[in-house]
Amino acid sequence: MSAPDFRVARSTRMHRYVLVVSVLIVAALASFPLWAQVSFLRTMVTFFTLLALGQMWNLLGGYAGLISVGQQAYIGLGAYGLWLIGDVIGLHPFVAVILAGVLAVAVALPVAPLIFRLRGGYFAIGTWVVAEVVRLVVANIQATGGGSGKTVISAARLPIDTRISGTYLLALFVAVGSVLLVYFLLRSRLGLALTAIRDNELAAQSSGVNIFRAKLYVYLISAFGCGVVGAVVAMNLLRIQPAAAFSINWTAYALFIVVIGGLGTIEGPIIGAVIYFTLLQSLSQYGTTYMLLLGVIAVVMATKAPRGIWGFIAKRWDLHLFPVRRRLVLEEPPKPESPAAAGTSGPVAEAS
Amino acid sequence: MDWVNVAIQGILLGGLYALFATGLALVFGVMRMVNLAHGDLGILAAFVALFLVQSLHLGVMWSGLLTIVIMFVVGYLLQRGLLNFTLGSDDTRPIVVTFGLSIIIQNGLIMWFSADSQGLDAGTIENISVRITDKLSIGWYPLLVFLLSIVVIAALQLFLNRTKLGRAFRATSDDREAAELMGINNRHIYGLAMAIALAIVALAGILLAVRTTFDPTQGPFRLIYAFEAVIMGGMGSIWGTLIGGIVLGVSQTLGSQAFGSGWGILVGHLVFLTVLAVRPSGFFAKTVTA
Amino acid sequence: MSVLELQEVDVFYGDFQALFKVSFKVEEGQTFACIGANGGGKSTLLRTIAGLQRPTSGKVLFHGDPVDQVPAHDRVGMGIALVPEGRRVFPSLTVFENLQIGAYGGRKGDWNTDSVMELFPLLKPLVKRQASSLSGGEQQALAIGRALMANPQLLLLDEVSLGLAPVVIKRIYEAMVHLVDTGTTILVVEQDVQHVLTVADHVACFLEGRISLEGKPSDLSSEAITAAYFGM
Repeated sequence: MSAPDFRVARSTRMHRYVLVVSVLIVAALASFPLWAQVSFLRTMVTFFTLLALGQMWNLLGGYAGLISVGQQAYIGLGAYGLWLIGDVIGLHPFVAVILAGVLAVAVALPVAPLIFRLRGGYFAIGTWVVAEVVRLVVANIQATGGGSGKTVISAARLPIDTRISGTYLLALFVAVGSVLLVYFLLRSRLGLALTAIRDNELAAQSSGVNIFRAKLYVYLISAFGCGVVGAVVAMNLLRIQPAAAFSINWTAYALFIVVIGGLGTIEGPIIGAVIYFTLLQSLSQYGTTYMLLLGVIAVVMATKAPRGIWGFIAKRWDLHLFPVRRRLVLEEPPKPESPAAAGTSGPVAEAS
Repeated sequence: MDWVNVAIQGILLGGLYALFATGLALVFGVMRMVNLAHGDLGILAAFVALFLVQSLHLGVMWSGLLTIVIMFVVGYLLQRGLLNFTLGSDDTRPIVVTFGLSIIIQNGLIMWFSADSQGLDAGTIENISVRITDKLSIGWYPLLVFLLSIVVIAALQLFLNRTKLGRAFRATSDDREAAELMGINNRHIYGLAMAIALAIVALAGILLAVRTTFDPTQGPFRLIYAFEAVIMGGMGSIWGTLIGGIVLGVSQTLGSQAFGSGWGILVGHLVFLTVLAVRPSGFFAKTVTA
Repeated sequence: MSVLELQEVDVFYGDFQALFKVSFKVEEGQTFACIGANGGGKSTLLRTIAGLQRPTSGKVLFHGDPVDQVPAHDRVGMGIALVPEGRRVFPSLTVFENLQIGAYGGRKGDWNTDSVMELFPLLKPLVKRQASSLSGGEQQALAIGRALMANPQLLLLDEVSLGLAPVVIKRIYEAMVHLVDTGTTILVVEQDVQHVLTVADHVACFLEGRISLEGKPSDLSSEAITAAYFGM
């Protein structure tokens, strides 16, 4: 008897529904500038940037296993990049936002081989040192405004409607883009390499995976994403300042979002961002009590429910909204008496 | 002569950095865990000492000693009550949890004590200098701190090498499971290691508090300097952290002198990054981590 | 009462079952051999008796008392010592310190650093050397000596001949004869059937987590043992 034919499939019918619903949601969100209030739009920008930040941090920490507490280096660089490219060089601020990400990558490139010499917790602190170095350099140079920072004039000079709507749409684009970026990355060869590394680094290496290169690419992509986020935030606030731009709080927010939502999943940071954001709005006094609560929840979640909320949902109902995994679809072998039937989808085996 | 003075100040400062670093290195050596809240716990100790001075009206020395005992107990309970549960094959959990702990401690301290700078007043000892030569004098207090750091490191080394419990620490660090077979209770050993580490960092925090002002957000900086001292000194070597601390201290003071006070810290970081680039296993590496 | 008794013990590694309702008894002073091919469950058996593994069901009785809930580090004090597979001496400790640490949680008795080095004279010149620099045979001697330092009633030996040269194995087994003479109860796991049957007075053959044959070596033919070993 011949072996059954098979094909490797990615999506199920559920995934097609998810796609349709997602497109509708994004379209609805994109329409907000037409009818929503300015303050609401600005608040949503915060949400979108948090979501993107969560995805970028998760890419590094959840998928590549590199927990960084220093991504604020690139967020700050993105903010200062906006000023540098928009004000000093003079390009249009919306263009400057994307190029600010490139600036972040330019810094990440020499940094990576240096900090990759460290592992685990020491790698984490190493990323913190890098963030501190960048902050100190920026804060001590008069040209960048020193400790008191600068106003992003090129953005401030835009007509207010253009600026508000443009920043909003840019933020939405960045948020959706970050999700898509992670999604397509995971479907690519790099994504497969990352999963292998995450499961067993030694085995992955002996299978021919270039560990250093895989981690480097992820680190650079995450830096780019964080840089763009920083630029969008700067555009929203119109002011850049070393203490705020390079604040460790960015890591705290990202960590919280990912730990609550679910480390190592695409859906996790989305849920985490929604929850964090809702908490942020209801506990409107932004301050130490709130941060303390964040810390406690993060500790409790990481200890008791390390897979996060989405991890729980995914396990309980075997639900995966994003078709990243590959499935083996077995097809019935053609019966010898009757003419060969077209491949029907027979028993289906899941393989991730 | 100014430069020599500055360098000596750096060396003495290195002693304090080494004290902060020793606890971090010990915990990593025994249970392969990096405690991101290490610096904050040192600052917490300073605040505990401050509280004892202010509310119980004890002298600084007695408050300090009592604080060290308190932090020893806190370390044991923290490890056995929380951190032991984060250990396992996954590197990420201890990092996330100790980072969360760092946030909790900092914000908790701000809520209790406010974000203002505080100081621990030890009286005249802070200001006495010892004259060495005509142009060179060393502060008595920094010298005391440096000598204390040597004593603590030597004591720890002796403990690890010559005592039964110290042997148990080393065996657990080598092979956790085989140590269990010898009758060594891992979880208890880990608790003791953290207890000792926090007692040492408490001493460091208190010495720091006497020397300079401190506030709830200082923790992460202490962590970073401790980390730089450990990495430069070489993992697995306790005396190495002293050398690493000295290199860092001297870099910072010379940097301040050469480029201005805002740049000293930055020079320290750059020296660290250079050592990381050129000699990543540090000066005295004994263990090679995977 | 038997020194050790297993009653219907099941052990799982996650979803994988390593032992299926294993039952047997070891009497005082016996040298009990467990033989079998790789994957038969022999190492799991020793680890379960030593406390590194918990049975999912069934009982492990030591002198009639159930010990399956007793943590590994407490079993040493009760009199159970394991020489683990792969020797696992402490690499950063010296030979002498390795022996010292063997006594950490153990009991008082005749075994001390002097008597252990009488049993393994090859260790005498190596006393101050770091254990990581020892050869395989030297490490094996050290690992056995280390376990003896706990003065166990029940000594568990896991694959002591693995990876060693024949002349070294011969020496290890010569030492084992001395051990048997002292009256210590020994449970030894081996893939090498030939050597272990010279010292054992009782043998059980393990195949895929179950006992396929049990009895006295003198009563069992080599054909029967081969058949039980390979599952034919």
